Amino acid sequence: MSPQPRRVDVTLETKIESMDLGEEVARRVAATAGFDEDERDKICMAVRECLINALQHGNRRDPRKPIGLSFALHVDHLVVQVRDQGAGFDLALVPDPLADEHLLKTSGRGLFLARCFMDDLQVECGRNGGAVVTLIKRYSSNHREGAGAPVEKEKRQ
Amino acid sequence: MSVKISKRDVGGITVVDLSGRLTLGDASAQLRETLRDLLTQGQKKIVLNLGQVGYIDSSGLGELVSGFTTVKNQGGQLKLANLTQKVNDLLTITKLYTVFEVHNDEQAAVQSFR
Repeated sequence: MSPQPRRVDVTLETKIESMDLGEEVARRVAATAGFDEDERDKICMAVRECLINALQHGNRRDPRKPIGLSFALHVDHLVVQVRDQGAGFDLALVPDPLADEHLLKTSGRGLFLARCFMDDLQVECGRNGGAVVTLIKRYSSNHREGAGAPVEKEKRQ
Repeated sequence: MSVKISKRDVGGITVVDLSGRLTLGDASAQLRETLRDLLTQGQKKIVLNLGQVGYIDSSGLGELVSGFTTVKNQGGQLKLANLTQKVNDLLTITKLYTVFEVHNDEQAAVQSFR
């Protein structure tokens, strides 16, 4: 049986300062998970972009609406989820920022960047509405052994 | 750390030095105000020296694009110089390398106006 993933759950306020805070939490979790510096940077950038998306497009900067940020460290991959309280959206309908007609747009690159920096990105509706953006990063072959299953170690102690 | 912005004149070309992180919030607003001030003063040949910028998020990229089009619409030119590897990679991934005129260093960027 696979060991239970180690989890970190954070609730952030909908304000600009939360972007830095969420990024910092992501950096610590990624370090704990054993990702190297380059991978940590990519994870942080992806998380930041999803948080910006939640702040601006999901919660529309409404300070009464929280942003959920959670991490699950599995044996062979990290799962990050960002939850907002907005109307939700269909990823397939998000315009391609690389299309010629969108290159000069001043927004619309966040989720694209997040997808570039991670192995997978999915969007679904949350149980209570809003969007849940799920990011997945798999450990590379030179990943620090055992970093992804700390809960199992704790159980043994 | 947010962004620090200073500007100087190099033979009639305005070089704007940025250092830190160009991100959502104050940093992007600072860049917008700096470019607006330069245009108000009639300075329309602008080089953004990004040599000390290690991080730009999507909002910062948006601000660069906004600055580019604003300067261009007023008959000026905004060019980028001295990109760090990470920023270079970002512009490549987003295809913004095809939008901006990018130079390896400040001198090359300044010379390109002449």
